[in-house]
This record gives sequence, C-alpha cells and structure tokens, in this order.
Amino acid sequence: MSKKQHDTPLLDELEHGPWPSFVTGLKHLATDEGKPYANMMTDLLGQLEHSYETRTGYWKGGTVSVFGYGGGVIPRFSEVAKDYPESSEFHTLRVQPPAGLHYSTDLLRKMCDIWEEHGSGLIALHGQSGDIMFQGCTTEKVQEAFDDLNEIGLDMGGAGPALRTSMSCVGHARCEQSCYDEVRAHRMIINGLIDEMHRPALPYKFKFKFSGCPNDCVNSIHRSDFAVIGTWRDDIQVDQEKVKEHVAKVGRKQMIDTVIAHCPTRALSLNDDDTLDVDNKSCVRCMHCINVMTKALSPGKDRGVTILMGGKRSLKIGDQMGTVVIPFMPLETEEDFEQLNELAETVVDFFAENALEHERVGETITRIGLANFLEAIGVDVDPNMVNHPRTSSYIRTDDWDEEAQKWFERKGVAANE
Amino acid sequence: MNKAALPRRADEHGVPDPFPHMHPLLKQNYGNWDWHDRPRPGVLHHVAKSGDEVWTVRAGTQRQMDVHTIRKLCEIADEFADGHMRFTTRSNAEFMVTSEDKTEPLISVLNEAGFPVGGTGNSLSMISHTQGWLHCDIPGTDASGVVKALMDELHHEFTHEEMPNRVRMTTSCCQINCGGQGDIAINVQYTKPPKINHDLVANVCERPAVVARCPVAAIRPAMVNGKPSLEIDEKKCMCCGACYPPCPPMQINGPESTKLAVWVGGKHSNARSKPTFHKLVVAGLPNNPPRWPEVAEVVKSILYAYKEDARAWERMGEWIERIGWPRFFEITGLAFTRHHIDNWHGGRDSLNASAHIHF
Repeated sequence: MSKKQHDTPLLDELEHGPWPSFVTGLKHLATDEGKPYANMMTDLLGQLEHSYETRTGYWKGGTVSVFGYGGGVIPRFSEVAKDYPESSEFHTLRVQPPAGLHYSTDLLRKMCDIWEEHGSGLIALHGQSGDIMFQGCTTEKVQEAFDDLNEIGLDMGGAGPALRTSMSCVGHARCEQSCYDEVRAHRMIINGLIDEMHRPALPYKFKFKFSGCPNDCVNSIHRSDFAVIGTWRDDIQVDQEKVKEHVAKVGRKQMIDTVIAHCPTRALSLNDDDTLDVDNKSCVRCMHCINVMTKALSPGKDRGVTILMGGKRSLKIGDQMGTVVIPFMPLETEEDFEQLNELAETVVDFFAENALEHERVGETITRIGLANFLEAIGVDVDPNMVNHPRTSSYIRTDDWDEEAQKWFERKGVAANE
Repeated sequence: MNKAALPRRADEHGVPDPFPHMHPLLKQNYGNWDWHDRPRPGVLHHVAKSGDEVWTVRAGTQRQMDVHTIRKLCEIADEFADGHMRFTTRSNAEFMVTSEDKTEPLISVLNEAGFPVGGTGNSLSMISHTQGWLHCDIPGTDASGVVKALMDELHHEFTHEEMPNRVRMTTSCCQINCGGQGDIAINVQYTKPPKINHDLVANVCERPAVVARCPVAAIRPAMVNGKPSLEIDEKKCMCCGACYPPCPPMQINGPESTKLAVWVGGKHSNARSKPTFHKLVVAGLPNNPPRWPEVAEVVKSILYAYKEDARAWERMGEWIERIGWPRFFEITGLAFTRHHIDNWHGGRDSLNASAHIHF
C-alpha cells in the first residue's frame, strides 16, 4: 500500500494555471498504487516541499557508476533522508537521445516501461546539454536500469571532465535552411570519440554542438567548445519572381524596413522593378533576409561549415563566445567529413594534453593566444578570425617578412589551384 | 561461479541513429526541403523539393515529465502523427502530420490534454531551464517552479505570435548559468560570502583545487580550531559561488541572502547582429516560492515594453541598442546603479567611449 502523502501546500500552488504542471506529474507518480516508485516519489515531494519552505537545496553528490563506464550517472544522496527515507538515493542517468531528438512512440514507451520498473517514473526531456535525464534511481537499481536502456539501443551520456552529450538541430530532417548533414557530422564525431565520454580523462568538459545554419538553433557559439555551423560561400539563391510577390504582398515600405534596412552589411537593395539586388561579396551569411523571405531566398549551393571554438559560461575567467577557427570547410563528400573528423580529434587531443586542470579550451586559447593555438592544431591564420587586427603595439615583429611570406605563399597556392 | 552474477558489459552504441525513429516523410525528404511558412501560431508548414508537405504542431511541456504524461504524448503521436514525434531544444513536443486537415483536430486534442500549442515564430517559446531543488546539488532556487509560474503568466505570449521577434527566456539556479543566454534571463545572484563549516573542510574538500577555483584569489588555506581548513578574504570575495561545488562545506546559499537577478539582451542567433551576452538589469529580487511574484512583475514590465516599442524583427538586445540604455531604464522604471558598470577583466570595453549620448 502507498505511503501517506506529505502535505505540500506550496507545491500545490503550482498545480494551478494553464501551463502543464510538473507537480501534478510528481503527485501522479507518488499515488500510483502498487508501483515500486510510489513511496520514493512520495518522499521526493516531501523533500521538495521542504526546500520550498526553507528555500534551501538538500542534495549532495557522491560516486555511482555502471560497469565499464566512469561517467554518466549523476549521484544524489539526500541530506534530509531521516525525514524522507524513501528518496534518500535519487540518482540521474544521463542518456544520449537519437540525434535531432527524433523518437518513435515505441522507443518512448520502452523508455517509460524501463524507468517504471527500475526508476522513479520521472524523465526530463531534455537537459541543457541534450541528454535524456532519467531522474530518480537507487544505487542498487542503476546497473539494471542502464542494462535495459542499453539493450534498446541507448547509451550513457557525458558528465564530469569528459566529452559531453552533443546536440544537433532538426536540420536536414525538416529545414530548408540546413547547409550540411547534421546527423552524420554529429554521430561521426561523437561516436569516434566515445571513449572520452564513457571514461572521463580530459582536463574538463568538452562540448560539440551542430547547427545547420547561422540561426544556430542549438546555441552552439556560446554553449559549446566546438561549434559546427552550416553556411555557404557562393551567392544567396534568389527567386526574383517570388521577391516581387513578397513585395506585392507586404508593400515596399515593409520590405525596406524589415529586410533591406536590417541587413548588417548593407548588402541588399530593392531595385525599381521590385527585384532584389544582393552584393554577395559584402554578405556575411547572417540569415536575416532568408528568415523573412522563406520562399524567395535560400542559402547558396556551395555549402559547408564555419567552425568556432571556445564558447563557455562564466567560470572562471568570464563568459566567452566561441572564436572562428575555420571560416569555411566544405562538408559534402566523404573526404570532407573525414577532414572534419580529423580536426575534431586533433583539437580534443591538444586539449587533453595541454589544458590545465578545470580549464575549458576557450580558457586555454585565452591563456596561450589564438595564434599559438592555431599553430598547435595546424590551422593557418585568417582575417575572418578577428573583428579587427590588434590595436595594441605590444608585439615583437622582427620576423614580419617571414610571416608575411607565408600569407603570400598561401595566396599564391590558392590562386594557382 | 554463477555466470548470471557477472556484470553485463555495455554495448557502446554512442549517439543513437535517429532514422529508425524519424517520421517517414522527414526521412524521405532528408536534405531536400524547399521552403516553409507558418499557417497559424504553433504550426509550421514545410514543403519539400519533391512536393511533399508536412505540418508540424508544436506544444509546450513541463520538461520534467512523469511516464503517464509521456505515454499521453505517445497516444497523440500514434493517433495523428504515424507514431513519431520529436522535441525541440526548449522541451517543446512536435508532431508531424501529412495533411493540413489533421492540424486542427490535433490542436484540440493537445489543448484538451493540457498542452498549450505555440512557441513558433515571433512568440515567447518555453523557458529553457535547469534542475533546481528537485535534483541539483548546489541550487539557490527551484527551476521547474519558476518556469511553471512564469509560463502560466506568459501563456498568451506562447500561444500567439505578437512579439517583434522571437523571445528566448532562460532561468538558472546558480551563477554557473546552465540555463544559458537569453533575451531575458532569470538567474540566482548570491549576495553573501560562503559560510564555512570548518569541521568538514579537511575531509570533504581538496583544498588546493578550491583555492585555485576562486576567480579573485580570495580563498587561502588556514588552520581553524586546530583543523586544516580554508578562509576567505571577505573584502575580495564577490560571492560568485565558484568554491561551493568543489567544497560543499562552503555554503554559498542562504534563505534570505540568495537573490534573483534579471538579465536582458542575450542572443545566440547570427541573424542581423552577432550573438551577444545578456546584460544585468536588476538584482536583489527575493527568492520567493512558490510563484516568485516579484520576478514575474519585472519580467512582464520588460517583456511588454519590448512588445510595445520594438520594431519588427528587432530582438530584445537590438531594440535596446537602438533606443539606448537610458530610455530602457526610463521605460521599464528600473534603477540604474553602480553595480551595472562592469569592472571585470575587459569591462572597460563595455563603457561608452564616444560622444554618442541618448537624450
């Protein structure tokens, strides 16, 4: 028989209102007569209400893992287990979802069945790094739960100083703005480096994220160490008849105010016949005009990716956006993908060997300077990597001619190709 | 030896292949889409180069879902969407249907089941959030609760596309800010240095690692009551909480001292302007469960000022860039203080080095 429910007057307030209530869900689990998790969820609600009353958290970490893996389980032991004994252990399994977060109902139901049998019945879809978070499991049940999840084709995600679970946008599956095969890049890189996820041995976390275009729907520039963003280097594709239709529909003023005037590099102009004039050499592939005129405009045909590295939040030196390291890399052929994979391996190897403990690669880049980082990973400097050249004169330049020669040689090679 | 007692060795699948789970129409047209539009809030319409069409209905969820809620979503996906669905990065559920006729009945079923339909185009999408008191080991507040309270108040903005551009909100339960950058971000901001339990430090904390973690070098090793511990130079400490995760006896949270701050103008997209960080506009808001009314009031005042005043396609930060920070503080009625002026490394880059003044 189920345990008596705790009074939860504060949480009860979160059952009102139009947005779906997680409290109602927790209560449903707590009152599931005869289910193995009901008592655990009853005490979990009790502890959560206690947190709401006292405005204090009561979980502490620890060490729990599954056989053969060093990471992926987030252990949680209650500091108030005396009052809420049934939820004294409430660990999370971070599990990698299918790339692009596609599910068959068959897979979702199997996940539910497994978590009903071994866990709490509570699943978060998804965590901020993209994991399925199976929340609430005793130490004893972690291995069984994982074994069953692993049997249906799922695998543990990342935690601690390790390669982390990655995310890719919906991309090729449903978006005409997608400039590369995100699923392929995502699975190739992460699965190639999977040992770094399962057996944490890096100086600190390392995240990859994959967005199909510069709208960056998975927030890769700031939220990943290695951001792969789709782009193109030829001209925007323009269907002038559809441009005219758009102007006819919204009017010239709106066309100018919402498209022409918002172009960040003044690369657009509306012709007298209501067609669009695009200065593609000035265009920076920001996506705005394409976002507004989804039928008339689309990315060019010579597609690939821009790669930025070193994005992270505050700890410890302050927030950092990623920095452009590869302005453009084609990503269509087998060889292109192989080249991307090699770059990912090179950067992770460099990070593993050279970053200080608890240092993200963005901090390494700040510490050693971008030029040294580029040299270490074998990438040539490019003016697309800077907003502007340095403004400080504190630089030794006695090898200037030699460095300039490298540039002219590269330009010469490119011109002869 | 009993063979069954041997632990099972994992199959290292890595990232699961999405194609067996992907809606068949998406699979057939993978990489071959042509254009899209939005027939109504909450519905996307994509047309493939093959001529195939798909309508996606997007619905908000509570993210932390019980198995009954997930099975309800599965029932709906089986009835309307051929047994497939997906999630967005902001925990919205998406159902793909192959005929426009199915969208209205699907929307009715979702609404009846309590899932609001919206979050597309120039609307407020679901607030991305963290774990909070439900599961985190260092939270200053709850995440699911703040999000539920705010999404209740801002429900209309989720189900309608009435904003100048998309609005992306985030919440975070500590200054690590797992919720990420947002047009509006609601984050814990500690106000007092950690309180150290000297009896526990030696056993629980790797002291050199904790000393190294402090961004302002305010922590040093010390003997306290004959035990190896740590001490804090409280004049240097800026209460960031960085020492707390590696050393839980350095409690940074307090029921009164943990406050909430609101930040604005963060943006991930490259559309028009480059991506930007959010900027502090208010701190010192009380951590007031279960509905955090003081936070909701500030958020609404900012959101509605933006809705009223921004031009089409301006994101929050771009709107403020145009009207200027003096007008932002004037319109929202918020105070501009000495704490808004950045004094961290590189902070001078955020100061106005011109005669460009807004009057």
